[in-house]
Amino acid sequence: MTTVPKTTNNARGVAPSLWRRLSLLLRKLYARPISAIGTTITLLFILAAILGPLIAPYGENEIIASEARQPPSPVHWFGTDNLGRDVFSRVILGAREILVLAGVGTLLAVVFGTIFGLLAGYSGGWLDEGIMRTFDSLLALPALLLALLLLGTVGQSQYSVLIVIVIVYIPIVARVVRSVVLAVKPQGFVEAARLTGESQPRILFREIMPFVYPTLSVESAVRFSYAIFLIGSLGFLRVGVQPPSPNWGLMVKEARPFASLVPWALFFPAAAISLVVIGVNLMADGLKRIMS
Amino acid sequence: MTLTRSEKRTILEINELTVAYQHAGEWLEAVRDVSLCIHGGETYGLVGESGSGKTTLALAVLRYLGKQGSIRNGEIHLGDLDLLALDDGELRQVWGSSISLVPQNPQSSLNPSLRVGDQLVETLRHQRSLSQQDAQTQALKWLEKVRLPDPGLVAERYPHQISGGMQQRVMIAMALCTEPKLLILDEPTTNLDVTTQVVILDLIGELIQGQETGVLYVTHNLAVVTQVCDRVAVLYASELVEDASTQDLFSKPLHPYTQGLIESIPRLGDTKGSIQLRAIAGQIPPIGDVPSGCVFRTRCPIAIDVCETRPPLYPAGDSRISRCHRWHEIDQMEVSARQPTRSRIAEHISPNGEQPQTLKVNDISVHFPLQRSLSDLVRRQPAKVVRAVNEVNFNVKPGKTLGLVGESGSGKTTIARTIMGLESKTSGSIELLDLPLPDKLSNRDLDTLRLLQMVSQNPEEALNPYLTIGDSLRRPLMRLSGLSKTQADSRVVELLQTVLLPPTYADRLPGQLSGGELQRVAIARAFAANPELLVLDEPVSSLDVSVQASILNLVNELQYEHENSLLFISHDLAIVAYLADLIAVIYLGSLMEISAPGDLLQPPHHPYTEALLSSIPLADPSRRGTPIHLEGDIPHPVDLPSGCPFHSRCPRLLGEICTTQIPPWQIDAESGKQIFCHIPLQELSTFQEHIVFGETSYPR
Amino acid sequence: MSRYLLRRFGFLIITVLLTSLLVFLVTQWLPGDVCRIILGREAGQGAIETCHQELGLNQSLPVQYFTWLGNFLSGDWGVSFSTNLPIYPVVMDRLQNSLMLAIVALVISVPLAVTLGVVAGLNENKPVDGTISVGSLAVVGLPEFVTGLVLIQIFSFGLRDRGLPYLPANSSIPPGTSFLEALPMLILPAMTASLVLLAYIARLTRTGVLEELKQPYVRTADLKGLPRRTVIVKHVLRNALLPTITVIAISIGWLLSGLVVIENVFNYPGLGRLMIFAIDRRDLPLLQAVTMVTVLGFALANLGADLLYAVLNPRIRLGE
Repeated sequence: MTTVPKTTNNARGVAPSLWRRLSLLLRKLYARPISAIGTTITLLFILAAILGPLIAPYGENEIIASEARQPPSPVHWFGTDNLGRDVFSRVILGAREILVLAGVGTLLAVVFGTIFGLLAGYSGGWLDEGIMRTFDSLLALPALLLALLLLGTVGQSQYSVLIVIVIVYIPIVARVVRSVVLAVKPQGFVEAARLTGESQPRILFREIMPFVYPTLSVESAVRFSYAIFLIGSLGFLRVGVQPPSPNWGLMVKEARPFASLVPWALFFPAAAISLVVIGVNLMADGLKRIMS
Repeated sequence: MTLTRSEKRTILEINELTVAYQHAGEWLEAVRDVSLCIHGGETYGLVGESGSGKTTLALAVLRYLGKQGSIRNGEIHLGDLDLLALDDGELRQVWGSSISLVPQNPQSSLNPSLRVGDQLVETLRHQRSLSQQDAQTQALKWLEKVRLPDPGLVAERYPHQISGGMQQRVMIAMALCTEPKLLILDEPTTNLDVTTQVVILDLIGELIQGQETGVLYVTHNLAVVTQVCDRVAVLYASELVEDASTQDLFSKPLHPYTQGLIESIPRLGDTKGSIQLRAIAGQIPPIGDVPSGCVFRTRCPIAIDVCETRPPLYPAGDSRISRCHRWHEIDQMEVSARQPTRSRIAEHISPNGEQPQTLKVNDISVHFPLQRSLSDLVRRQPAKVVRAVNEVNFNVKPGKTLGLVGESGSGKTTIARTIMGLESKTSGSIELLDLPLPDKLSNRDLDTLRLLQMVSQNPEEALNPYLTIGDSLRRPLMRLSGLSKTQADSRVVELLQTVLLPPTYADRLPGQLSGGELQRVAIARAFAANPELLVLDEPVSSLDVSVQASILNLVNELQYEHENSLLFISHDLAIVAYLADLIAVIYLGSLMEISAPGDLLQPPHHPYTEALLSSIPLADPSRRGTPIHLEGDIPHPVDLPSGCPFHSRCPRLLGEICTTQIPPWQIDAESGKQIFCHIPLQELSTFQEHIVFGETSYPR
Repeated sequence: MSRYLLRRFGFLIITVLLTSLLVFLVTQWLPGDVCRIILGREAGQGAIETCHQELGLNQSLPVQYFTWLGNFLSGDWGVSFSTNLPIYPVVMDRLQNSLMLAIVALVISVPLAVTLGVVAGLNENKPVDGTISVGSLAVVGLPEFVTGLVLIQIFSFGLRDRGLPYLPANSSIPPGTSFLEALPMLILPAMTASLVLLAYIARLTRTGVLEELKQPYVRTADLKGLPRRTVIVKHVLRNALLPTITVIAISIGWLLSGLVVIENVFNYPGLGRLMIFAIDRRDLPLLQAVTMVTVLGFALANLGADLLYAVLNPRIRLGE
């Protein structure tokens, strides 16, 4: 039996609504300095991604040859690159590129991964074995390699990158969800629900899903950070992403030969991807602490 | 205030100790102003329920409180040594050499990656500076001393390869091999079967006999304390409320809490027809939130105005104290915390005519095949089978309670789950109200489901922590009884009232309720759709003693009102004998004896029942019996002994017939008892006639 | 335990076969006719047909698959379409390079990571733990092209510009370079790979240590009067490091083939770059060979990890 008092304040007295829960979550994220920083960074980048074209002073491919290779100045906050493109605009628009792609890919992977994970975990038996073994073979290759292989076949466009992210991350999400389901399934209240004749779908959604959400939210954040990582790396390798896309990885690759002349063209995209990844990771860690 | 008794050396002296834990920025007191004194050769019991502070006290003596705990006030002296003044290095000197601990959970207290023998050797080498060779010899000697079969083999094993009883013996060896001055036992037998408990307790007693070791025995089990301890201190909600010799405490408790505790345990021989259990009202206060004045005030049946001032420890006679303002009145029997017995409402007279049996269990067996190991596959041996339940037969009559008693591995939970459809049976049939009951849960329709409900052991797992109490209660009402939401809502309020919970609880989440309250909700949920048969699987085993009685009373009342049948499963024979109309004793998947509770205590007994009965510690210090020791551990249902399942441990083994042939069911002419044994009942009666179980020497 | 291992081994075979099938099918779908690529656009239809016959491309898919599988297992990996050189020696050379890099990366990262993790775990919530935890959290997700370039900037250009001895920024080594010769060129790419591993392993070790410290057997060990250091090393770490060892074994798989970006940044001739080369040029046989080697390496590393875990954990080794 517990020797620690249960909370008696009514913040948890009544089952709260979704809105309250979200604002409570934000408040908790901001309670600790590290996760506050991470969350702020992440939100700022998301904001940049959404507002992209509105705040970028120049187009992503606007070449002003006369102003090429200029260091950061009040006109060009991040300077211009070798060809004469405004680095700041490209970084902002790159946020939209990478974050939207990563975001949508993560969302799809999470949705499908959860469905598979629920099915596998709850049904057990052949369905479980079948799903998990297939996923295990997919996981036999490192994500980047699998991505490269698939992109080599499916063709190299934004949509194929999206498909690749989804395929690569579904197995991981499914595995995580499945382990939660397996942990919850034998508990007394699930059996009680079965004994009252509840249908299987209702049990899955009413009894088990609430347990999945906390782990899933942490995992989603982590997947998001990996997706960004993956897209950036693909950009750097010039696979699936072609110039003149403002993909940060690609920008770094393109700037590399001219690094001594225009170091800022390399620095800012590199800093951008690093910052956003760090931000999301810190936020994910904050989420993890809250959930446990 | 400390008590001094004989001139014996004082081993441990605790003075006004206050210990607090830090939680969310606040300091919560777990132990308040507790003093006690243990002498050499004395076994001192420290009794309390959860939240009493008993474990905290033990850990404080060890100075192993962890980062969250802190000793705020008081003194602890081990002999002449001031324990609170020691630094880390000095403490490590004291640990192991002067103080030893036998903890509650032996499995997790042993390093899973080291062999058992090595862990014992490590203790010896460190404390005795022995060479590896010598330490190993010593270790083997100690493993023998704690009566482990085949010590050499056990020493080679890893902890997970030996049973709980064996693990605890190893812990005892590790604790005693250094010949400490003070031995602390923290619930050492709580997780063990009753028949194993008896052996372990006797072993400990034997090993410390004649030594000047002081023993502090921490437990919630009052009955065990009477058998094992010389003195008892009772803790409630962080305070010491009574301290006396075991004899004095039990013959005449001088604090309402102690009285309540003693009175709330069903004793062997009590039945629901003869007595109503006296429950202590209310809940144990959470740590740090105790009532002002006397901590027991809010639950005390004889509390008066003066109780709003905190009582001091009153000297209450020769070497005893009580923290109750009215102790003297209790002593003089002017006032009794004992609530008057309510006479049991007269038994229902069964209507004429045939009624179908509520439940008929016919010859069911439940076997689980194990995966074959590689060597089995190669040798083409068939898969081993866990024979959890073997051809069990019983009936439950309408409106009656069948009690199923067994220890671990007996198969009792498997039977419950099979009846509920959560496990599949391998053979046999079950009939509910004379209609065949489909095996799988998914094949049972809603009407059938409504007839059969269950309450499980662990109330914390019984309710979904994300759903409100109301949500959980509404479900059976809407699904099984077909009520609409509004109808269900009002019924929920009714249900809560039936289980003595306020209607406001409907909007609460399970995390806010105590264990006892959660179990009440689980019971309310089970009764909600008015089932014909309710299966209760160890419903009170994980609850505090003071709460158990109220739950048992509740179950009794509800059954009486709704006239449904109960299948009550427990390892506690006394509780089962209290509640049941018929008792079935199960061992290793087979029934051993079926008897009415009134006849349970009279011979003839099945030898296993006899051992069980003798293992139950009586809460009467003047009657320290000689319990029967069963050899070895319960065999694993995979290696089922041939013939009679009990033959490998039976103290009354007849002969070869027991090992080869399955026993017959013999019926005792007088009582109607059914006994599964080869020994003729006449012989059993003769052997057992002088043994008397369950009598206490003081009035209830 | 033997049953457990047999299962894992069987699973390895199945995974490798499944992946080989996947690889085979996928490469079949690579757009573009192989023969046309080899012979050039102006080649006549007849020449193309002859080429198809020679390469066995006119046979049915299952036949092609099993032929290929059979050849692969016997070491005949054919000839690269783009370079016309035999594949086997090239892949082996690259494999060797990747192994060298992997070893250096492991040597750099593992001892440091484990130490950091243990220190962090033993000092929970103190500043040193906070630094290690947050630090590894920040580093673990950084793309290697960023960290690689940063390291180059610091240890190569930075040192050079100050007139100090510096490490090479370009690690392209000719085939057949020995380990010692290659060493200076291995350091920077290995450091880059180590950063990721370091962060990951340190975090894992920290969690493991924290978990084990909560266990009751630690109290038992303390109460024997053993010095704290003995308790930590002999009791806690023995159990806490078990999952870490598994992870290290699995990391070998990643180090062999997942370093594509690092190889790209440093121009290092490993398996990753070879794969990109093959993808770019639609060089089927080369791609198949490299992928199979990669998958095998990965699977073997996983199996090794399982084996190690089974041997070290008595509960699995001896069963219940």
